[in-house]
Amino acid sequence: MKIVKKATAGTLESGDVYVELSPSDSGNEIELQSAVLLQFGDAIRESAQDVLRQFEVENAKLKLIDQGALDCVIRARIETAVLRGKEA
Amino acid sequence: MRRSMLFLPGSTPNKIINGDAMGADAIILDLEDAVSPEEKDAARILVRNAIRDLGFPGVEVIVRINALDTPYWQEDLDEIVPLKPDLIMPPKTASAKDVRALDVYLTKLERASGMAVGGVGLLPLIETALGVENAFEIASASQRVKALFLGGEDLSADLQCRRTKEGNEIDYARKRIVCAARAAGVEVYDTPFTDVNDDEGAVRDAEYARSLGFTGKASISPRHVDPINRAFSPSTAEISHAYEVVDAITAAKAQGRGVVALHGKMIDAPVVARAERVIAAAEALGLGREAR
Repeated sequence: MKIVKKATAGTLESGDVYVELSPSDSGNEIELQSAVLLQFGDAIRESAQDVLRQFEVENAKLKLIDQGALDCVIRARIETAVLRGKEA
Repeated sequence: MRRSMLFLPGSTPNKIINGDAMGADAIILDLEDAVSPEEKDAARILVRNAIRDLGFPGVEVIVRINALDTPYWQEDLDEIVPLKPDLIMPPKTASAKDVRALDVYLTKLERASGMAVGGVGLLPLIETALGVENAFEIASASQRVKALFLGGEDLSADLQCRRTKEGNEIDYARKRIVCAARAAGVEVYDTPFTDVNDDEGAVRDAEYARSLGFTGKASISPRHVDPINRAFSPSTAEISHAYEVVDAITAAKAQGRGVVALHGKMIDAPVVARAERVIAAAEALGLGREAR
Protein backbone atom coordinates (compact mmCIF):
# COMPACT_ATOMS: atom_id res chain seq x y z
CA MET A 1 0.00 0.00 0.00
CA LYS A 2 1.46 3.32 -1.04
CA ILE A 3 1.30 6.27 1.34
CA VAL A 4 0.62 9.34 -0.78
CA LYS A 5 -0.25 12.00 1.76
CA LYS A 6 0.47 12.98 5.31
CA ALA A 7 -2.00 11.46 7.76
CA THR A 8 -2.44 11.62 11.50
CA ALA A 9 -4.37 9.58 14.06
CA GLY A 10 -4.74 9.40 17.82
CA THR A 11 -4.27 12.06 20.44
CA LEU A 12 -1.82 13.20 23.10
CA GLU A 13 -4.18 12.10 25.87
CA SER A 14 -3.05 9.60 28.48
CA GLY A 15 -3.42 6.02 27.28
CA ASP A 16 -3.33 7.06 23.62
CA VAL A 17 -0.63 7.53 21.00
CA TYR A 18 -0.35 10.32 18.44
CA VAL A 19 0.64 9.01 15.03
CA GLU A 20 1.95 11.00 12.10
CA LEU A 21 2.55 9.16 8.85
CA SER A 22 4.03 10.70 5.71
CA PRO A 23 5.34 9.49 2.36
CA SER A 24 9.01 8.69 1.99
CA ASP A 25 11.20 7.40 -0.80
CA SER A 26 13.79 5.59 1.28
CA GLY A 27 12.03 2.72 3.02
CA ASN A 28 10.24 2.84 6.37
CA GLU A 29 11.54 5.03 9.15
CA ILE A 30 10.09 5.03 12.67
CA GLU A 31 10.58 7.83 15.17
CA LEU A 32 9.32 7.05 18.65
CA GLN A 33 8.84 9.26 21.68
CA SER A 34 7.57 7.57 24.80
CA ALA A 35 7.83 7.90 28.56
CA VAL A 36 8.27 4.12 28.64
CA LEU A 37 10.86 4.01 25.86
CA LEU A 38 13.35 1.98 27.89
CA GLN A 39 10.81 -0.62 28.97
CA PHE A 40 8.62 -0.90 25.87
CA GLY A 41 10.43 0.91 23.05
CA ASP A 42 11.40 -2.28 21.22
CA ALA A 43 7.93 -3.77 21.56
CA ILE A 44 6.27 -0.59 20.27
CA ARG A 45 8.61 -0.47 17.27
CA GLU A 46 7.94 -4.12 16.54
CA SER A 47 4.16 -3.52 16.62
CA ALA A 48 4.58 -0.54 14.33
CA GLN A 49 6.66 -2.58 11.87
CA ASP A 50 4.09 -5.35 12.04
CA VAL A 51 1.21 -3.06 11.06
CA LEU A 52 3.24 -1.53 8.23
CA ARG A 53 4.06 -5.03 6.97
CA GLN A 54 0.42 -6.09 7.25
CA PHE A 55 -0.60 -3.23 4.94
CA GLU A 56 2.48 -3.64 2.73
CA VAL A 57 3.69 -0.13 3.44
CA GLU A 58 7.28 0.08 2.24
CA ASN A 59 8.09 3.77 2.03
CA ALA A 60 6.81 5.88 4.89
CA LYS A 61 8.01 7.97 7.76
CA LEU A 62 6.14 7.11 10.96
CA LYS A 63 6.32 9.35 14.00
CA LEU A 64 4.80 8.07 17.26
CA ILE A 65 4.29 10.10 20.40
CA ASP A 66 3.23 7.50 22.93
CA GLN A 67 1.30 8.41 26.07
CA GLY A 68 1.32 4.94 27.61
CA ALA A 69 -0.95 3.30 25.04
CA LEU A 70 -1.65 -0.42 25.08
CA ASP A 71 -0.54 -2.48 22.10
CA CYS A 72 -4.08 -2.74 20.70
CA VAL A 73 -4.35 1.07 20.77
CA ILE A 74 -0.97 1.58 19.09
CA ARG A 75 -1.87 -0.85 16.33
CA ALA A 76 -5.30 0.76 15.86
CA ARG A 77 -3.87 4.26 15.55
CA ILE A 78 -1.19 3.23 13.05
CA GLU A 79 -3.74 1.32 10.97
CA THR A 80 -6.00 4.39 10.96
CA ALA A 81 -3.13 6.60 9.78
CA VAL A 82 -2.21 4.11 7.04
CA LEU A 83 -5.78 3.98 5.75
CA ARG A 84 -6.03 7.78 5.84
CA GLY A 85 -2.73 8.28 4.04
CA LYS A 86 -3.05 5.64 1.33
CA GLU A 87 -3.90 6.08 -2.30
CA ALA A 88 -7.61 6.70 -2.86
CA MET B 1 -27.75 -10.86 34.63
CA ARG B 2 -27.72 -7.48 32.94
CA ARG B 3 -28.67 -4.72 35.38
CA SER B 4 -26.29 -1.92 34.46
CA MET B 5 -24.84 -0.90 31.12
CA LEU B 6 -22.04 1.64 30.95
CA PHE B 7 -21.57 3.77 27.83
CA LEU B 8 -17.92 4.22 26.85
CA PRO B 9 -16.83 6.51 24.00
CA GLY B 10 -15.35 4.42 21.21
CA SER B 11 -12.65 6.96 20.40
CA THR B 12 -11.13 7.32 23.88
CA PRO B 13 -8.64 4.56 24.75
CA ASN B 14 -8.21 5.30 28.44
CA LYS B 15 -11.96 4.99 29.02
CA ILE B 16 -12.33 1.83 26.96
CA ILE B 17 -9.43 -0.16 28.37
CA ASN B 18 -10.78 -0.19 31.93
CA GLY B 19 -14.32 -0.93 30.82
CA ASP B 20 -14.50 -4.24 32.59
CA ALA B 21 -13.37 -2.79 35.92
CA MET B 22 -16.22 -0.35 36.53
CA GLY B 23 -18.71 -2.80 38.02
CA ALA B 24 -21.18 -2.68 35.15
CA ASP B 25 -22.79 -5.88 33.93
CA ALA B 26 -22.40 -4.69 30.35
CA ILE B 27 -20.42 -2.04 28.52
CA ILE B 28 -21.66 -0.20 25.45
CA LEU B 29 -18.75 0.76 23.22
CA ASP B 30 -20.12 3.76 21.40
CA LEU B 31 -19.37 4.47 17.74
CA GLU B 32 -22.26 6.92 17.40
CA ASP B 33 -22.90 10.09 19.40
CA ALA B 34 -19.64 9.99 21.36
CA VAL B 35 -17.58 10.01 18.15
CA SER B 36 -17.22 12.96 15.78
CA PRO B 37 -17.72 12.30 12.05
CA GLU B 38 -14.02 12.73 11.28
CA GLU B 39 -13.08 10.09 13.90
CA LYS B 40 -15.59 7.39 12.89
CA ASP B 41 -12.90 5.39 11.06
CA ALA B 42 -10.48 5.58 14.00
CA ALA B 43 -13.12 4.60 16.56
CA ARG B 44 -14.29 1.49 14.75
CA ILE B 45 -10.70 0.24 14.38
CA LEU B 46 -9.94 1.02 18.02
CA VAL B 47 -13.10 -0.69 19.27
CA ARG B 48 -12.42 -3.71 17.05
CA ASN B 49 -8.87 -4.06 18.43
CA ALA B 50 -10.03 -3.54 22.01
CA ILE B 51 -12.65 -6.28 21.77
CA ARG B 52 -10.22 -8.62 20.02
CA ASP B 53 -7.27 -8.08 22.38
CA LEU B 54 -8.83 -7.18 25.73
CA GLY B 55 -11.93 -9.37 25.55
CA PHE B 56 -13.48 -7.63 28.60
CA PRO B 57 -13.90 -10.77 30.72
CA GLY B 58 -16.87 -10.80 33.05
CA VAL B 59 -18.89 -8.14 31.24
CA GLU B 60 -21.14 -8.25 28.22
CA VAL B 61 -19.90 -6.27 25.25
CA ILE B 62 -22.43 -4.22 23.32
CA VAL B 63 -21.46 -1.98 20.42
CA ARG B 64 -23.59 1.01 19.47
CA ILE B 65 -23.20 1.41 15.73
CA ASN B 66 -24.17 4.44 13.69
CA ALA B 67 -27.73 4.88 12.50
CA LEU B 68 -29.06 3.40 9.29
CA ASP B 69 -29.46 6.83 7.70
CA THR B 70 -25.70 7.46 7.94
CA PRO B 71 -22.92 6.21 5.63
CA TYR B 72 -21.17 4.47 8.56
CA TRP B 73 -23.32 1.60 9.85
CA GLN B 74 -22.28 -1.05 7.37
CA GLU B 75 -18.56 -0.39 7.89
CA ASP B 76 -19.18 -0.49 11.65
CA LEU B 77 -20.73 -3.93 11.32
CA ASP B 78 -18.01 -5.12 8.92
CA GLU B 79 -15.37 -4.49 11.59
CA ILE B 80 -17.28 -5.51 14.69
CA VAL B 81 -19.46 -8.50 13.80
CA PRO B 82 -16.59 -10.99 13.16
CA LEU B 83 -15.56 -10.44 16.81
CA LYS B 84 -18.96 -11.70 18.00
CA PRO B 85 -19.98 -8.96 20.42
CA ASP B 86 -22.81 -9.93 22.75
CA LEU B 87 -25.20 -7.41 21.19
CA ILE B 88 -25.30 -4.72 18.53
CA MET B 89 -27.22 -1.56 19.43
CA PRO B 90 -28.65 0.19 16.37
CA PRO B 91 -29.69 3.77 17.25
CA LYS B 92 -32.85 5.55 16.13
CA THR B 93 -34.62 2.31 15.32
CA ALA B 94 -38.02 3.43 14.11
CA SER B 95 -39.72 0.42 12.53
CA ALA B 96 -39.59 -3.30 11.79
CA LYS B 97 -38.17 -2.35 8.39
CA ASP B 98 -35.00 -1.06 10.11
CA VAL B 99 -34.59 -4.34 11.97
CA ARG B 100 -35.11 -6.35 8.79
CA ALA B 101 -32.46 -4.28 6.96
CA LEU B 102 -30.00 -5.04 9.76
CA ASP B 103 -30.97 -8.70 9.74
CA VAL B 104 -30.22 -8.99 6.02
CA TYR B 105 -26.81 -7.35 6.37
CA LEU B 106 -25.89 -9.30 9.51
CA THR B 107 -26.84 -12.57 7.83
CA LYS B 108 -24.53 -11.71 4.93
CA LEU B 109 -21.65 -10.94 7.31
CA GLU B 110 -22.23 -14.04 9.41
CA ARG B 111 -22.13 -16.24 6.30
CA ALA B 112 -18.97 -14.52 5.05
CA SER B 113 -17.30 -15.01 8.44
CA GLY B 114 -18.37 -18.64 8.84
CA MET B 115 -20.48 -17.73 11.86
CA ALA B 116 -23.84 -19.26 12.79
CA VAL B 117 -26.58 -17.26 11.07
CA GLY B 118 -28.71 -15.40 13.60
CA GLY B 119 -26.11 -15.53 16.34
CA VAL B 120 -25.56 -11.78 16.55
CA GLY B 121 -28.27 -10.25 18.72
CA LEU B 122 -29.78 -6.78 18.49
CA LEU B 123 -30.65 -4.24 21.16
CA PRO B 124 -32.61 -1.61 19.23
CA LEU B 125 -32.38 1.88 20.65
CA ILE B 126 -35.81 3.49 20.58
CA GLU B 127 -35.39 7.25 20.65
CA THR B 128 -37.97 8.74 18.31
CA ALA B 129 -41.71 9.20 18.63
CA LEU B 130 -42.19 6.83 15.70
CA GLY B 131 -39.95 4.24 17.33
CA VAL B 132 -41.98 4.41 20.54
CA GLU B 133 -45.24 3.92 18.67
CA ASN B 134 -43.71 1.00 16.73
CA ALA B 135 -41.96 -0.57 19.74
CA PHE B 136 -43.84 -3.87 19.62
CA GLU B 137 -43.28 -4.41 15.90
CA ILE B 138 -39.58 -3.58 16.38
CA ALA B 139 -39.28 -6.07 19.25
CA SER B 140 -41.10 -8.72 17.21
CA ALA B 141 -39.40 -8.12 13.86
CA SER B 142 -36.62 -10.66 14.25
CA GLN B 143 -35.39 -13.39 16.54
CA ARG B 144 -32.22 -11.33 16.74
CA VAL B 145 -33.95 -8.72 18.92
CA LYS B 146 -33.07 -9.61 22.51
CA ALA B 147 -34.21 -6.41 24.20
CA LEU B 148 -35.37 -2.83 23.66
CA PHE B 149 -33.54 0.22 24.95
CA LEU B 150 -35.11 3.63 25.55
CA GLY B 151 -33.08 6.71 24.65
CA GLY B 152 -34.51 9.69 26.50
CA GLU B 153 -32.36 12.52 25.15
CA ASP B 154 -33.09 12.17 21.44
CA LEU B 155 -36.67 11.23 22.19
CA SER B 156 -37.23 14.48 24.12
CA ALA B 157 -35.85 16.43 21.18
CA ASP B 158 -38.15 14.56 18.81
CA LEU B 159 -41.10 15.23 21.12
CA GLN B 160 -40.10 18.91 21.09
CA CYS B 161 -39.89 19.10 24.84
CA ARG B 162 -37.22 19.73 27.43
CA ARG B 163 -35.47 16.77 29.04
CA THR B 164 -35.82 17.01 32.81
CA LYS B 165 -34.50 15.08 35.78
CA GLU B 166 -38.05 14.18 36.76
CA GLY B 167 -38.62 12.58 33.38
CA ASN B 168 -42.32 13.36 33.01
CA GLU B 169 -41.73 14.00 29.31
CA ILE B 170 -40.63 10.38 28.71
CA ASP B 171 -43.03 8.69 31.11
CA TYR B 172 -45.43 7.56 28.39
CA ALA B 173 -42.54 6.20 26.33
CA ARG B 174 -41.09 4.32 29.29
CA LYS B 175 -44.37 2.57 30.02
CA ARG B 176 -45.14 1.93 26.36
CA ILE B 177 -41.72 0.38 25.72
CA VAL B 178 -41.85 -1.83 28.81
CA CYS B 179 -45.26 -3.10 27.74
CA ALA B 180 -44.15 -3.65 24.12
CA ALA B 181 -40.99 -5.51 25.15
CA ARG B 182 -42.78 -7.72 27.64
CA ALA B 183 -45.51 -8.47 25.11
CA ALA B 184 -42.82 -9.55 22.65
CA GLY B 185 -41.01 -11.59 25.29
CA VAL B 186 -37.77 -9.58 25.33
CA GLU B 187 -35.93 -7.58 27.99
CA VAL B 188 -36.05 -3.79 28.27
CA TYR B 189 -33.53 -1.16 29.40
CA ASP B 190 -33.92 2.40 30.55
CA THR B 191 -32.20 5.57 29.39
CA PRO B 192 -29.24 6.96 31.40
CA PHE B 193 -29.71 9.58 34.10
CA THR B 194 -27.44 12.22 32.65
CA ASP B 195 -26.61 14.47 35.63
CA VAL B 196 -23.44 12.66 36.67
CA ASN B 197 -23.09 14.75 39.82
CA ASP B 198 -26.55 13.97 41.18
CA ASP B 199 -26.25 10.66 43.00
CA GLU B 200 -29.61 10.85 44.77
CA GLY B 201 -31.34 11.65 41.49
CA ALA B 202 -29.66 8.64 39.90
CA VAL B 203 -30.94 6.36 42.66
CA ARG B 204 -34.50 7.71 42.36
CA ASP B 205 -34.45 7.39 38.59
CA ALA B 206 -33.16 3.79 38.73
CA GLU B 207 -35.69 2.76 41.38
CA TYR B 208 -38.51 4.30 39.36
CA ALA B 209 -37.37 2.47 36.22
CA ARG B 210 -37.33 -0.81 38.09
CA SER B 211 -40.80 -0.16 39.47
CA LEU B 212 -42.08 0.19 35.88
CA GLY B 213 -40.68 -3.19 34.88
CA PHE B 214 -37.38 -2.32 33.22
CA THR B 215 -34.76 -5.08 33.38
CA GLY B 216 -31.90 -2.65 33.88
CA LYS B 217 -30.60 0.78 33.09
CA ALA B 218 -27.72 2.44 31.30
CA SER B 219 -25.28 5.00 32.64
CA ILE B 220 -22.90 7.45 31.05
CA SER B 221 -20.83 7.61 34.24
CA PRO B 222 -19.13 4.84 36.24
CA ARG B 223 -20.37 6.72 39.31
CA HIS B 224 -23.96 5.62 38.67
CA VAL B 225 -23.19 1.96 38.09
CA ASP B 226 -23.40 0.86 41.74
CA PRO B 227 -26.71 2.66 42.41
CA ILE B 228 -28.16 1.02 39.29
CA ASN B 229 -26.90 -2.42 40.30
CA ARG B 230 -28.44 -1.99 43.74
CA ALA B 231 -31.76 -0.77 42.37
CA PHE B 232 -32.05 -3.71 39.98
CA SER B 233 -30.96 -6.40 42.45
CA PRO B 234 -33.56 -8.12 44.61
CA SER B 235 -33.50 -6.95 48.22
CA THR B 236 -32.94 -9.33 51.14
CA ALA B 237 -36.62 -9.03 52.06
CA GLU B 238 -37.70 -9.81 48.49
CA ILE B 239 -35.45 -12.86 48.37
CA SER B 240 -36.68 -14.18 51.74
CA HIS B 241 -40.30 -13.72 50.70
CA ALA B 242 -39.67 -15.43 47.36
CA TYR B 243 -38.27 -18.52 49.10
CA GLU B 244 -41.23 -18.52 51.52
CA VAL B 245 -43.60 -18.50 48.56
CA VAL B 246 -41.83 -21.33 46.75
CA ASP B 247 -41.51 -23.39 49.96
CA ALA B 248 -45.22 -22.91 50.73
CA ILE B 249 -46.19 -24.03 47.24
CA THR B 250 -43.90 -27.05 47.41
CA ALA B 251 -45.32 -28.09 50.80
CA ALA B 252 -48.91 -27.61 49.61
CA LYS B 253 -48.32 -29.76 46.55
CA ALA B 254 -46.79 -32.49 48.72
CA GLN B 255 -49.89 -32.42 50.91
CA GLY B 256 -52.25 -32.42 47.95
CA ARG B 257 -53.62 -28.96 48.75
CA GLY B 258 -54.74 -26.80 45.85
CA VAL B 259 -55.10 -23.44 47.54
CA VAL B 260 -52.20 -21.95 49.45
CA ALA B 261 -51.99 -18.91 51.66
CA LEU B 262 -48.92 -17.19 53.10
CA HIS B 263 -49.23 -14.62 55.88
CA GLY B 264 -52.96 -14.50 55.21
CA LYS B 265 -52.62 -13.81 51.48
CA MET B 266 -53.46 -16.29 48.78
CA ILE B 267 -50.57 -17.38 46.60
CA ASP B 268 -51.62 -17.62 42.98
CA ALA B 269 -49.70 -18.27 39.79
CA PRO B 270 -48.45 -14.68 39.18
CA VAL B 271 -47.10 -14.54 42.74
CA VAL B 272 -45.23 -17.79 42.21
CA ALA B 273 -43.88 -16.63 38.85
CA ARG B 274 -42.60 -13.44 40.43
CA ALA B 275 -41.02 -15.37 43.30
CA GLU B 276 -39.27 -17.66 40.83
CA ARG B 277 -37.91 -14.66 38.92
CA VAL B 278 -36.60 -13.12 42.15
CA ILE B 279 -34.92 -16.41 43.13
CA ALA B 280 -33.37 -16.80 39.68
CA ALA B 281 -31.97 -13.24 39.90
CA ALA B 282 -30.73 -13.82 43.46
CA GLU B 283 -28.99 -17.04 42.51
CA ALA B 284 -27.41 -15.42 39.46
CA LEU B 285 -25.99 -12.77 41.77
CA GLY B 286 -24.78 -15.28 44.35
CA LEU B 287 -27.48 -14.18 46.80
CA GLY B 288 -29.48 -17.41 46.75
CA ARG B 289 -30.32 -19.68 49.65
CA GLU B 290 -27.03 -21.56 49.45
CA ALA B 291 -25.09 -18.34 49.88
CA ARG B 292 -27.01 -17.18 52.96
